[in-house]
Amino acid sequence: MSNAVSALQGKSAVGFATVTEAGLQGMITLRGDLKSAKLKKAVKSAAGVDVPAARRITLKSGRGAGWMSPDELLILVPYAEARATVEALSKALADDHHLVADVSDARAMFRIKGDKADQVLAKLCPVDLKTLADGELRRTRAAQVAAALWQSDKGEFTLVSFRSVADYVFGALELSARSGSELSAS
Amino acid sequence: MSTRLPKGGRLIDRTKPLNFTFNGRRMQGYQGDTLASALLGADQMLLGRSFKYHRPRGLVASGAEEPNALVGLGTGSRFEPNQRVTTTELFEGASAASQNHWPSLEFDVGAINNTFGRFLPGGFYYKTFMFPRFAWKHVFEPVIRQSAGLGKVPQDRDADRYEYAYGFADLVVVGGGVAGLAAALQAGKEGKRVLLIEQTAHWGGRAPVDGVEIDGRPAEDWVKATVEALGKMANVTLRTRTMASGLYDHGYLLAYERIGDHTPGDGRPRHRLWRIRAGHVVTATGAIERPLSFAGNDIPGVMLAGAVRDYVVNWAVSPGDRTVVVTNNDDAYRTALALTEAGLIVAAVVDARASVTGALPDAVRAKGIRVLEGRGIAKVKGTKRVTGVSICAQAGEGAEIEEIDCDAIAMSGGWSPVVHLWSHCGGKLIWDDARAMFRPDAAKPPTGDDGMSMVTAVGSANGALTADEVLADVAKQMGGKAAKTNSVAEAALEPVWIMPQGAGPQLKMKMWLDYQNDVKVSDVQLAAREGYHSVEHTKRYTTLGMATDQGKLSNINGLAVLSDALSQAIPQTGTTTFRPPYTPISMGAIAGEARGDIFQPLRKTPMDEWHGANGAYFEPVGLWRRTYCYQRPGEGVHEAVNREILNAREKVGMLDASTLGKLIVKGPDAGRFLDMLYTGVMSTLPVGKCRYGLMCNENGFLSDDGVVVRLSEDTWLCHTTSGGADRIHGWMEDWLQCEWWDWKVYTANVTEEYAQIAVAGPNARKVLEKLGGMDVSAEGLPAMEWREGVLGGCRARVYRISFSGELSYEIAVPASEGLALWKALIAAGEEFGVMPYGTEAMHIMRAEKGFIMIGDETDGTVIPQDLNLNWAISKKKADYLGKRAQERSHMASPDRWKLVGLETLDGSVLPDGVYAVADGVNANGQRNVQGRVTSTYYSPTLKKGIAMGLVKHGPDRMGEVIDFPADGGKVFKAKIVDQVFYDKEGAKQNV
Amino acid sequence: MLILDCPYCGVKAEETELQAGGEAHLKRYGPGSSDEEFDGYMFMRKNPKGVHFERWRHAYGCGKWFLAARCTATLEVFGTYPAQTSAPPADLQAKIKSKRPNWEGYK
Repeated sequence: MSNAVSALQGKSAVGFATVTEAGLQGMITLRGDLKSAKLKKAVKSAAGVDVPAARRITLKSGRGAGWMSPDELLILVPYAEARATVEALSKALADDHHLVADVSDARAMFRIKGDKADQVLAKLCPVDLKTLADGELRRTRAAQVAAALWQSDKGEFTLVSFRSVADYVFGALELSARSGSELSAS
Repeated sequence: MSTRLPKGGRLIDRTKPLNFTFNGRRMQGYQGDTLASALLGADQMLLGRSFKYHRPRGLVASGAEEPNALVGLGTGSRFEPNQRVTTTELFEGASAASQNHWPSLEFDVGAINNTFGRFLPGGFYYKTFMFPRFAWKHVFEPVIRQSAGLGKVPQDRDADRYEYAYGFADLVVVGGGVAGLAAALQAGKEGKRVLLIEQTAHWGGRAPVDGVEIDGRPAEDWVKATVEALGKMANVTLRTRTMASGLYDHGYLLAYERIGDHTPGDGRPRHRLWRIRAGHVVTATGAIERPLSFAGNDIPGVMLAGAVRDYVVNWAVSPGDRTVVVTNNDDAYRTALALTEAGLIVAAVVDARASVTGALPDAVRAKGIRVLEGRGIAKVKGTKRVTGVSICAQAGEGAEIEEIDCDAIAMSGGWSPVVHLWSHCGGKLIWDDARAMFRPDAAKPPTGDDGMSMVTAVGSANGALTADEVLADVAKQMGGKAAKTNSVAEAALEPVWIMPQGAGPQLKMKMWLDYQNDVKVSDVQLAAREGYHSVEHTKRYTTLGMATDQGKLSNINGLAVLSDALSQAIPQTGTTTFRPPYTPISMGAIAGEARGDIFQPLRKTPMDEWHGANGAYFEPVGLWRRTYCYQRPGEGVHEAVNREILNAREKVGMLDASTLGKLIVKGPDAGRFLDMLYTGVMSTLPVGKCRYGLMCNENGFLSDDGVVVRLSEDTWLCHTTSGGADRIHGWMEDWLQCEWWDWKVYTANVTEEYAQIAVAGPNARKVLEKLGGMDVSAEGLPAMEWREGVLGGCRARVYRISFSGELSYEIAVPASEGLALWKALIAAGEEFGVMPYGTEAMHIMRAEKGFIMIGDETDGTVIPQDLNLNWAISKKKADYLGKRAQERSHMASPDRWKLVGLETLDGSVLPDGVYAVADGVNANGQRNVQGRVTSTYYSPTLKKGIAMGLVKHGPDRMGEVIDFPADGGKVFKAKIVDQVFYDKEGAKQNV
Repeated sequence: MLILDCPYCGVKAEETELQAGGEAHLKRYGPGSSDEEFDGYMFMRKNPKGVHFERWRHAYGCGKWFLAARCTATLEVFGTYPAQTSAPPADLQAKIKSKRPNWEGYK
């Protein structure tokens, strides 16, 4: 596992907000019947949280689950545990129609920090961030590529993109966060 | 002369002088000046030349409607042509240059067009350049290209940066005059999320200039207080220097924020394009004053009355010492008063109305100013500057009654509401006869996604003229109570479309309707005589209102003249279409962040950095960046490709194949689903094995191909082409969601989860064995099978598949370990002569083996049967996507062109895409064709050109030689051969 | 630029987050169908000025295909609904009929 490197290996840039590639993150795509008791139990056991409501993400000490579509969840675990989690989920759901896929390496993750972090995203995503609910996971477009984002803390957003476009996404975030280009004072 | 007045100027700060240059001349203005007011203050009245006749032109307006004063602004990497001086804020060091003249602004050769103006009437281009035909290309076009076009194209890369921003509001109020401020205040109080935007740097619009008092205090104070109140509302956002450019479907409003135009080089973005989704839009965009059409109304010094007032009051600049005001309405009398207030001389007010009474004219008379009733201007005297006017009876034909000396003329033909945003997305207009204006028809507004009105026009934009009317209109439409103002009653205007009413042809030829495009009253009348009855046709024939004007200044006068010529009422003529942008926006703003490294997403594989550091010559494949070949120092691209191929054939090569699409298909119905998706049978593929598959669209044409892998009883992995992953994944989901939604199948696109490396060549096994960890022997991992394990410390899935015809393994590892494995393979392969190879080597090696390539052998009109791929099409299956289409008679025809190999007789390389000719000609007299080249390369392995192509009855014509004429008259003779050029038995890959 | 409500995830998505998929409620004709039936399925598309049913995919969102009823002349959106149906929901049809009395039905 020591060979594993994230797309941008923690690259960071400071402007009116700080943009950082967040390194390796375990991510698992789980497709199935989100209402089934067995799946709910498997998610709770693997991610430590309940199956989130539509368009919500629940995170608890580094693990959690996000609602991606009516039949798809994104399970988040520490990178080193992804493989074991895939196996555990597969085993738990073996008798049900489902799909579990490790996508940890298919993605890049970014954190945008600062009081005006939302203004960085407001330049790239056609999303009304002022109405983004607490714990809302929004799948959308960041400039020209697909992205998923949520407010991960006060003054902090997390954005996930595909790995191959990590350089592009970082470039767009860095440009949008440059000092002097704040959209407003607050 | 025009000059800076010793005192006054509500927008300028005299303690902050700013230096700038115009055509290299040093000038000075003040903080708060526009480039226009600063130039005028420096007595620079002549600012450019007109488009067609190169007539001298000065300022007409003070805002966005200015047609003449466009300059080249800045230098080098900050040069931009066609900048409107009236909307350009002055900054220290600004450098402006006039346009459209040669050799100089003062003396311009092109002005000869003016002398011969009567030979350049409306529609001149259409009439003149028809014949002789050859002359267009060799004479007319080169001459026109030389003289046409405003401004120069920037030569340097733009030094500034630009960006988008997405905005959301319940209500967007466009326009920061008193109407917009009052509307925003009311909506803000109601708790709505409000965005108020204003195109200039200042709030308040015209009211402070016009001496309006609101609630007993000067408009200026009311504006200040209101902006402060709005600023305190958390639900209200205020933005100046932000112009609403266009309104589109479902409340989508584009706004153009000029952040750094007035502070160039300060590191901020220059422009920001706001992409706003508005619940509702209030247009408080005000009104634009109309010129009057009298002879010589384009001579520098003739300006709109409101603009003259603006220059005097806002910037303390007098356009002239002695001004004649000419009008058909009461509002222009405010200009006479403002000029007098500033100590300037008003020689006379020339009013076209027969009898003028009312508070404003009385106030003017009280200042001792002559008011000439029922009079008009017959003619303006002067060339580069007004020197006087000839006065006539408005009702007559232009006989001079008296001449008045003056150096400025302030004209007013009434006001037209700014209805652009209302109209952009379908709002209709009605003609208001009493005010002689088109205004928004509240019964026919633009509608949004809910089918309801999405725009409300308020204030002057809705036809209200006095401050009282404006605020009452806002209160009526937005709610709340209207504030009281000091408005006085104004008499009705009298529509005046030409001055004098009975002007003859000589005068009409000098009455300008559209200053920028040099369209005169006579041109529009000529168009009407020549049968152009539609206003849209007349616009194009005469160029009236085209380019930046977009119906701002010239619209109403032009269509009134057209209506008169057609003897019909103005509403019958209607208006031309108002199109965005309201005023031009920069190319940079349209591009936003998309330039340089982030012009578009560049997809990189996990090994991209290594490639870059090892001589990669990249090529784009879809959005992916792939290595075409790895060049060594001093090595050309073709040499590198040939070396890579020979090395892979003789020793071992490595290809970064990470870009291949990888889709997981899983579920009880997955086999059944794949049998529908692929032409072959995938449900019978045993676990542990691989099978090549073809996918067609419903029209039967080949759409994608790749190796399908059975991972487990209910799980398959489908490889797609590099460019096809997202498309095929979407295709799968489409069928699963929209057609077979009861089938139990889940898919996942795991393309990027894996780095994939092809190791191909006689030594491939040795390299993997040296790395160790998995049994990759012929028995342990036979061809078209796969195994999972740990290879060189990386968790890997190894497929024994070959696209090169060599002994080949494709190794998939998690993307984050891709670089480590790649490096490990390079190191392990060193003693076996490993070299990386790129996409071109891959292409050539597959062509040597006769393998097809999606996009080369296919072009959206090719079915698998054309490519002799019948072996990959199941005959047993009742159905698959594309099967029905392939049963159509044309698809089953034996005359379809089919894939063959092609070899030139002399060993040369066939040009790409050339056609093989057949005897005879077709109905169009073109040579008949019988085939075409789909792939063609120099094969270093075979040391000659090889090609594949589609040829009529090709497979039945082996050995036949056919002709491929190429550019330059050369004819390539090529023999039809088997498409497999190398290792026909497949001995090399099955070891 | 249109905005449409995704009936699966509830996002009011703008056109750049969506992928257009052409006319909705087409019936697939495979092997065994007549030339006329296949031709109709493959090539014949309505192009009404007025009420129209379309396929859209929330491509930059939840990835689901949905259907939308829209007026091609005014761009009014009557409603969106999941794609797993062969006919528009009855209440949507009633709503359209009330707004466009001359509408002749989705078929």
